[in-house]
Amino acid sequence: MTSAVLPNSVLANENAFASRRRNQLIIAGLIFAAVAALPRFVTDVYMQNVLILTLMFAALSQSWNILGGYCGQISLGHALYFGVGAYATTVLFVKYGVSPWFGMLAGGAMSAVLALALGWPCFRLKGHYFSIATIVIAEIGLLLVHNWDYLGGALGIQWPFGPDNWATLQFARDKIPYFYFALGLFIVTWLVTYFIEESRWGYWWRAVKDNPEAAASLGVTVFESKMAAAAISAFFTAIGGAFYAAFVAYIDPESVMAFRFSLLMALPAVLGGIGTLWGPAVGAAILIPITEITRSYAGGGGSGLDLIIYGTLIMVVALAKPEGILSIFRRSAKSENAS
Amino acid sequence: MSAEPILKVENVTRRFGGLVANSGVNVEVRQGEILGLIGPNGAGKSTLFNLIAGAFPPSEGKFIFEGKDITNLSAPRRCQLGIARTFQVPKSFDTMTVIENVIVGGFVRHPGAAAARRAALEVLDFAALSHRANSPASELTPPEKRRLEVARALATQPRLLLLDEVMTGLTPSEARLGVDLVKRVRDQGVTVVMVEHVMEIVMPLVDRAVVLDLGRVLAEGTPAEVVRDPRVITAYLGERHRAA
Repeated sequence: MTSAVLPNSVLANENAFASRRRNQLIIAGLIFAAVAALPRFVTDVYMQNVLILTLMFAALSQSWNILGGYCGQISLGHALYFGVGAYATTVLFVKYGVSPWFGMLAGGAMSAVLALALGWPCFRLKGHYFSIATIVIAEIGLLLVHNWDYLGGALGIQWPFGPDNWATLQFARDKIPYFYFALGLFIVTWLVTYFIEESRWGYWWRAVKDNPEAAASLGVTVFESKMAAAAISAFFTAIGGAFYAAFVAYIDPESVMAFRFSLLMALPAVLGGIGTLWGPAVGAAILIPITEITRSYAGGGGSGLDLIIYGTLIMVVALAKPEGILSIFRRSAKSENAS
Repeated sequence: MSAEPILKVENVTRRFGGLVANSGVNVEVRQGEILGLIGPNGAGKSTLFNLIAGAFPPSEGKFIFEGKDITNLSAPRRCQLGIARTFQVPKSFDTMTVIENVIVGGFVRHPGAAAARRAALEVLDFAALSHRANSPASELTPPEKRRLEVARALATQPRLLLLDEVMTGLTPSEARLGVDLVKRVRDQGVTVVMVEHVMEIVMPLVDRAVVLDLGRVLAEGTPAEVVRDPRVITAYLGERHRAA
């Protein structure tokens, strides 16, 4: 099927595609720069805190989206990988004095290996059965850590106080470095998604999501594709967990492995647009401020209020725009491309 | 035509519980031909088709593709070796555009996305779908979906292409486009096996036909031989029409 002379339509299509990709990158660069300038305007420490968490959950949801959105394997147990990252970094730093930077990568690698080990049995399950298995496994992980004295059991582990510096990721006085770390993590996960999207894995994952049988007939190794997505997704989720541990400087099982975290990773992607490049960020920018603000206004006793608001938002999106908020804009973009 | 068949189906049996869908089937597919696999409903055509593509394993028997035993190979592995298929009910990737659907198939031969995209554009041109390249696959008309199935399979650069009822449900003019496409595929050197039960379309198109009935090979030969075979007439039309 290789012709010596390419038809003009082929070249035109290739050029249009290349410039579309380039524009996406330029727009992303502008958005990142704008976000990077935010701390100049947001001086309130509480609001800075909200920004940091928003960026962190945007990065986490972006990682979740690789497996859940692109590959279509809806995990509701990502709190497990988040916890592995948080605990690996904390234990290595607090007990052995290992740099959190190294601990973060070690936690990421452990999570990726764990995701492969769990994927081996779980990816034989389909749809809801897979999701249920992920919930159960994450809960088992939570119970294990609860009863594991080496990891501090239910009491958790406190990070030692030290001077503010980048080497130990400790910034007790000024939160802005955390903001840039979280932004950096989000940019990395965004770029990973951006480049994978236009690669063999990216196409294969979407094919697996849409129709595994047809995918297999086209040479897609379905099981291996799911395993690759799970490992990459778990790796970056654990990096997010490591960051969170350094940020709060105290972790216990409930504060890093609760089911709530699994939901907070899945929901932004679902709300913003599952399997899209910007969906997780858009979803996080809406959900996380709502969560944090209602939590502080409703006080400790009203911790259910944020969940009621999520539930309502998800129902509204599911009814009005099942493909997420971003799908409102997609239609116009598509008809533009068709010309 | 070389003497060595591209595909040998040797004594293949497939049972589903108590039901025997294929029983001791022997078929040889010759290099470069268009072979029609025909037979009444429930004859076991689709089962044999799925067995060749590797969707599930046979209960007994062997498949030899280009001299190699592929009986125990998975569907993706068979695709890598050069066997591609379409589905009777089109299974397009509906959250992807037309060209993205085709690119998925291209990765078997092209590791890089740019090369896979270029190959996909050429295949779309070949299958007369270029104008739909950026449309969501879910918005294609039924005949376009059938052509997308073929285009996607062609993107894997097969040596053996299995077409499962690609003409069914098409209007005569759409079917003519389909026939033309199949002929051009064969002219590229691709061997074609097609399951079809619209006899008027298959018979002029194929070089040889294999007739299945009740899971067994009933007759085999050129279209002219097959349609005159009394057993075939009986299988299709019933005992009563045999005299006619």
